[in-house]
Order: sequence, then C-alpha cells, then structure tokens
Amino acid sequence: MGKIAKITRRTLLVGAVAVTGGFAVGYYLYKRDPGNPLADNLPEGSETLNPYLRIDSDGVTIITPRTECGQGVHTALAALVAEELDLAWDAIRVEAGPPSVAYYNGKVLAEGLPFAAIDSSWSAERARGFGDVLGKLLGMQMTGGSSSVPDAYDKMRRAGAAAREMLLSAAAERSGQSRQSLTTRDGHVILADGSRLSYTELAQEAARIEPPADPKLKAPAQWRYLGKPMQRVDTAAKATGTAEYGIDVERAGMRYAAVVTNPAIGSAGTLVDDAAARERRGVLDVVPISGGAAIIADNTWRALQAAGALRFDWAPAEYPADTDAMFAAVADAFDGSSDSQLRDDGDVEDALGDTPLEAEYRLPYLAHAPLEPMTATVHLQPDRLDIWTASQVPLQARKSAADLTDLDEGRIHVHTLMAGGSFGRRLEDDYIKQAIEIAIAQPGVPIKMTWSREHDMTHDFCRPLSIARGRGAVAGNDITAFDLGVAAPSVTCSQAGRAGLPFAGPDVMIVAGAWDQPYAIPNYRVTGYHTPGLAPVSSWRSVGASVNGFFHDCFMDELLVAASVDAVEGRIAHLNDAPSRAVIEAVADMSSWGGALRDGHARGVGFCLSFGVPCATVIEVSKQGERVRIEHAWVAADVGTVLDPDNVDAQLSGGTLFGLGHAMFGEITFADAAITQTNYHTFRSLRHNEAPPVTTRALENQSEIRGIGEPAVPPAAPALANAIFAATGQRIRELPFAKSIRFAIRS
Amino acid sequence: MRLNINGEAFEVDVEPEMPLLWVLRDELGIKGPKYGCGIGACGACTVLLDGNPVRACSLPVSAVQAPVTTVEGLGTPDAPSDVQQAWIEHQVAQCGYCQSGQVVAATALLERFPEPTDADIDRAMSGNLCRCATYPRIRAAIKTAAQRRKLG
Repeated sequence: MGKIAKITRRTLLVGAVAVTGGFAVGYYLYKRDPGNPLADNLPEGSETLNPYLRIDSDGVTIITPRTECGQGVHTALAALVAEELDLAWDAIRVEAGPPSVAYYNGKVLAEGLPFAAIDSSWSAERARGFGDVLGKLLGMQMTGGSSSVPDAYDKMRRAGAAAREMLLSAAAERSGQSRQSLTTRDGHVILADGSRLSYTELAQEAARIEPPADPKLKAPAQWRYLGKPMQRVDTAAKATGTAEYGIDVERAGMRYAAVVTNPAIGSAGTLVDDAAARERRGVLDVVPISGGAAIIADNTWRALQAAGALRFDWAPAEYPADTDAMFAAVADAFDGSSDSQLRDDGDVEDALGDTPLEAEYRLPYLAHAPLEPMTATVHLQPDRLDIWTASQVPLQARKSAADLTDLDEGRIHVHTLMAGGSFGRRLEDDYIKQAIEIAIAQPGVPIKMTWSREHDMTHDFCRPLSIARGRGAVAGNDITAFDLGVAAPSVTCSQAGRAGLPFAGPDVMIVAGAWDQPYAIPNYRVTGYHTPGLAPVSSWRSVGASVNGFFHDCFMDELLVAASVDAVEGRIAHLNDAPSRAVIEAVADMSSWGGALRDGHARGVGFCLSFGVPCATVIEVSKQGERVRIEHAWVAADVGTVLDPDNVDAQLSGGTLFGLGHAMFGEITFADAAITQTNYHTFRSLRHNEAPPVTTRALENQSEIRGIGEPAVPPAAPALANAIFAATGQRIRELPFAKSIRFAIRS
Repeated sequence: MRLNINGEAFEVDVEPEMPLLWVLRDELGIKGPKYGCGIGACGACTVLLDGNPVRACSLPVSAVQAPVTTVEGLGTPDAPSDVQQAWIEHQVAQCGYCQSGQVVAATALLERFPEPTDADIDRAMSGNLCRCATYPRIRAAIKTAAQRRKLG
C-alpha cells in the first residue's frame, strides 16, 4: 500500500499504554483462558458449553456480550452462533450476559493504532495483535469502534460450531450411531432414521465432552441466515413499548434519584442549603455526591423538581469560560509543537510553492444526547452490589464499583439493559459511579438515578471542537500537494484520564479520518496538534473521523475544483485503493452522477474511509429562494462481508441522516464555563420534515469483515458542503451549516 | 384522582401538576411512554388522550379528563396493532426509545388521514424526534399500514 505505511512514530498509542517490563506477565495473562463466566451462576437445570450459550429446558440462550444501542448488535451476534449451531430463528433468545474478561473486544483498539486500516504490512498486523493483547489486559469488554462484528465474526461462529460438534458427539454416544450419519437442524440432532434429539435433552451429556480445538465452520454458500435479511430480535418489543431500557428498571422498594452537579463539568461543588428541597412532597433524603448532591424521592418527577431547590458553592472551572476562548486555544496549538505527523510523503513545502490554495475549517463541540438520558439503578446490600444500566463498558463499571465500595468484583453484578441510543456516551461510566455513590449513602435501598435532559446535555463529554488548516497545490487536473493540519483536544487523553490509565500521547484520534485516507498524492502531509486544558471530551459516533472526514474531504473538493476536474472523477483518479474507488463508482452509478438535473438542483460527493470501511455519499440539494433543501442522499460502503443487508441499509441510512442533521444544526457552546444548550429545542436535530430519502448499497470487495455502525457518518457532512457549494457557490467551512444558510423543509 | 388508562381504571393520589408521564411511569408502572426531554420537544412520551396525540411529559395529570391510550394499549408483541405490525415488518426501530411515541403519533395520524400524503406525515410526525434518524422507515411503515387499511 505504497507510502501510507511509512510511519514516523510507531510507538504512539501502543508505546504509551504498554507496561514496561510487564509484558511477559501480560502475555501469560492473555494466554490463560479467562474461563466461562456462565459456569459461575448456572441456574439449576441449565448447561453451558462455552461463554456464548446456555441451554435449559426452554432451549438455547445466546449470550451477545455487546450493548444494544440500536446498531443491531444483538441480532448480528446471535446470528453468528445460530448459523453454526443450526438453531431455528424464531426460537432464538438473547441475553447481554454478565461482564467478563471472556468477552474482551480484541478489535476495538485497532482504530487507535498508527496503521491505516488498509495497511496489511507485517508491522501493522503485529501491532493489531498487540492491540488484541492490550484489549484483554485492559479488560475491554467494550462496545464501540464499529468493532463488534469484526471481533465476533470468528469467535462466535466458532462457539456455535464447537457446541454443535459437542452436541453431535453426545447424540452419537447416546444413539450408538456414527457421528458421520448425524445432522443438525433447528435446535435438534437428526439421527439417521430421521428421529430427533433436541439440544435441550443432549445438553448435559454434551457439557462433559471436550470442546473441539478447531471446529469446522460452514462455507458462506451453506449459510441459512448470514448474508440474508434478518428479523431483528428486538423489533417486536420496540414496536409495542415492551423493550426494557435502563430507565425502565423496577425493583421492590426502589427509590428515585435526581442529581445536581457543578455546571463547570468535573469541578467540585459544596451543598450549602437543602432545607427547601427537603420540605417538598416525596423527598426522602438529600445526599452529597462528587461535584454536587442527589435528591432521593418516591417519584422521579418529585426528585427532579426538588433538585432545583438545592443551593451550592461551585468551585471554578478548570477550562476557559467560553467558546471563543476555547477556539482561541485551539488556534494557538498550531503555533506549538505537533502531536503527530503520521503522513509526510514527498516534499510538501517545496511542492506547495509560493501561492498555495489555503482554507481554514472549524467544527463545534457536539453533544451525544441519546434520547434516553443517562440512568442507572444500584442496590447495595451487605454482601453484594447490583447495577442495572446500559453501559458500553460493563467491566469498567464493575471495576469502578469495586473501587467505590471495597467489595470484591465477584460480589458486584452488572445487569446490562437496552440503551435508548448512545452514540458513544455510554462508553463513559461517570453516571454509573454517581448512582453507586448515591446507593452507598442509602444502603439496602435500590436507587434508580435518572438525569434530567437538561443535566444530560449540560454534563456531556462532548465531541471535541476542532480547527483544520489546509494548504494545497494543483497542476493540470492533478493535486500535487495536500497539507492538512488539525488542532483539537485529545479524546484519548481525556478518556484515559477519567479511566485512570496512563497516556503519554500522541493521539491518533486527532487525525483519524485524515492521515489514513487512501489517496496517492505525491506530496501529502497530515499533522496533528493537541490542545490541552479544555472541557472534557469523549468518543462521539465515528470519533476522529466525524471531524476529519469533513476537513479532509472538503479540502479535497476545493482542490479538485481548482484543478477543474469532476468531483467523482477527481477522487477516483487520486485514490489508490480499489474498494475505495468502487464505492465512489457505486454511488455515482446509483445517483446517475453527471446526468441532467432539474433547475436549481446540484450535487456534491463526499468520501471517507473510517473503521476500515470506505464510504461515499452523494447529496442532491435544491435552491428554494434563499433557502436550500436536501432532496436525496445516496450512500455506498464496503464492509467486506454483509451479514444482514437489511441492517446495513438501516445503519447507512441512519448514519447518513445523523451526520447530516448534526452538520446542519448541531452545536454545543460554552458560556460562564457551562454548556449553553439545555434541551432539544436549542440542540437541534434532524426532523421528519427535513430528512431526505436515502438510497444505500453495500459492497463486498475488501477481504476483511467490517462494522457499519459509524462509517456512514463522516462523509455525509462534506457531501452536503460540496453540494451547497455546487448549488450556490458558497463554500461553507464552519459548521453547523445553519450559521451560514437556511434550510427549507421538505413539504 | 381517577384515570382511565388503556381501558383500566386507576385511582392515584398525586399533586395536580405532576405530568401524566410520571404518573404513568412511576406511580402506575406503565413504561411504554418514555422520558426524553420533559418539555414537549421530542415526543417520546406521546399518548392518546381521547384519541388525540398529546405529550404526557407536559400534561398535568389534573388536566386529564378523558381516557388515555399508551403504546401498550394499542397491541402486544403477540397481537400487535396494524401500525405496530407495519413497524415490525419494516424493522423501523434502531435504539427504539422514541418508537413508542412514533407508533402512537402514527396511529393518531391514520385516524385523521387514512391515506396520508408525505406532507400529512411531515406535519403530524415532525414533533417526534428520532436521534437514530429512522425517518425513512417510519414513513414507509405508515404508508404500509394505510395501504392495508384501504384494502381492508
């Protein structure tokens, strides 16, 4: 893959987190089988053959140890086991399972490594292997980084295949028939005479059989479920209001809690007056917590109302007071030393010449704002602690609980529920720690803590604000120099600090989605600058690529305009990765790019490779007087292997509209060190009457299987920017677009 | 205070200004209606009051003088309503948290406009936020349900 593998600073994330001298111990820990967590609390009459399934008299329950945030992960993971185990689809039951190192995610660190996703060099593969070790050592049972399917694809198919072989052996023993004469279908072993033995009745005998070391997997041509549209396992519950989210937990004797903490995120707060709050109906107690206090009441609304009556002394913020000062700090970072320069091909300075084309872009903070606010229910008893919540990091939550309570981790039970959205917010466990603090102050009483929408929005760890400066040069129809500098707060540094992990930087996330793009430009450089000391930040759907996809592709578009070349043809001409070229060709084909358009209509294309997925988007807009209306979106992506075409369509469509909506309206600002936006009327989202139809296509040209929860987000905003430029001549370099233009609704 | 929820009578003793949503969720254990914003800006709490869609988070319980229908009152996983059935067939839900409100709002829409145009759908549904942006499938499911009703 040519020059992209030329890495200047290989230590990066790996070097920063590696435990020096401890690697031998680490390797031993990695190789040691973490055991089967299901065996610890196996109900009477149940058997388990491996960490991914439990069999009882009702049939097989598949453990899908990733958190369902809407991305369809429970269905996709269940299908991997069900396919190999030959289960009937309508009999499938899924459970999130307990937190356990057995469910570590070996792929989630891949995006943080200094190797491009399409780099398959020896060094890159070795580093990815290292990421696998680290993921396990760090106890990363993590849902994120579009990594659930790539991580589970082999593991969970092998779990299903191994269990099937054990059940076949058990059936052979019991029937006295040769194993070769037996087959499986819909949760049964079929004997040679056609009679059936259910997995349920074979489970006990199968559990005594040694698992096969290398179970044989089906060839894709034999797949019954994989590769075909699946009925989601949660869809009927979600259509009838019966799905249980974190906020819906009910425990006997449960009390309800609301919290107030310092508007300056992370700073201390001292409760000075709770008298008025305590007098309110239903208020049972007021307890101090880190940064503020919690109200305990007999009803969520009563707790939320009383919270407004508390009075505090707030410690000052540890970051600048307002957005202007924050952007000034980000701009200043360009004058300091660089954090990373992962790409530096050719001689950029020389190729830029005396009159490079220059552009500066700015992106705002964004809130995650999932529709279900942060919530956790915690019950502390003398010998155990139970947590019911939707967390993307259940092991981390358990560790935090152990730290806060001094209970052994074995006495802490995390029950993972459905998440009402996340977009990365539930990778943080701040809200869980808060609920634990409250439960410690109310021993013996189950406490359900629910954040108000206002608290949720004003205490988010946002997607960072960011500035990019591009300089470029063209000759004829070619881009001869492309130089992009990106300055931003570091997500990895902020998260590592909260998790108590050492992090020395550099942070690949500052430049992810820019440095790793598969273009062949002779003089090509991407430099990252770290801005410390701003408000805490976090992973937001597509993380670094959510900003750099915009920067890199918008600047690419500007250079191609300068080179007088068509936006689709120009991108294809400069790409040196065949699957990436193919997604642009696909989206051009789908949208009849270059064909005649109605008067006042124009199109833009956007491209970004993130999480190993090349994704291209075409947006058509029309001028409606002074306003712009989005008419249609087309999006194509290559995920290597499509497990569920229906869900890939849902994620491509949803990701595109999510990306568009935030680019159009989304902005978090600070004043007096507090987030200004408090609810959905000021943090605007895309609505029905603003959402265009979306046409999708999934390609399978690359060899690796990839996840699709995030990659449609990054190319959406630049496609819209480029379409607006094509329609109006206005090059918008600062988001949200609504600061510069007005949008027309669809009807 | 007496309430009729999904055809069942309830007696509650709460402040008159407590929003219907919290009476449903925390006093009666009816959890299909969701808390999303508390100010009528997202529609996750939408219920039918005498057949009309209202935001339960912003409706004081003392103002509830008619029967209330929540998403649970429309159908169940084993016996979904026609709108819920269309939702299932189109696999509308991603995170699903807003879908209780979307289904209720769509049910009310089809009562008023049995054959809704895109403009009707936009007008009736744009107050119901979906952070996963499942809007194209919501539109398709509404049209499927309408088509079925027309064909009987």
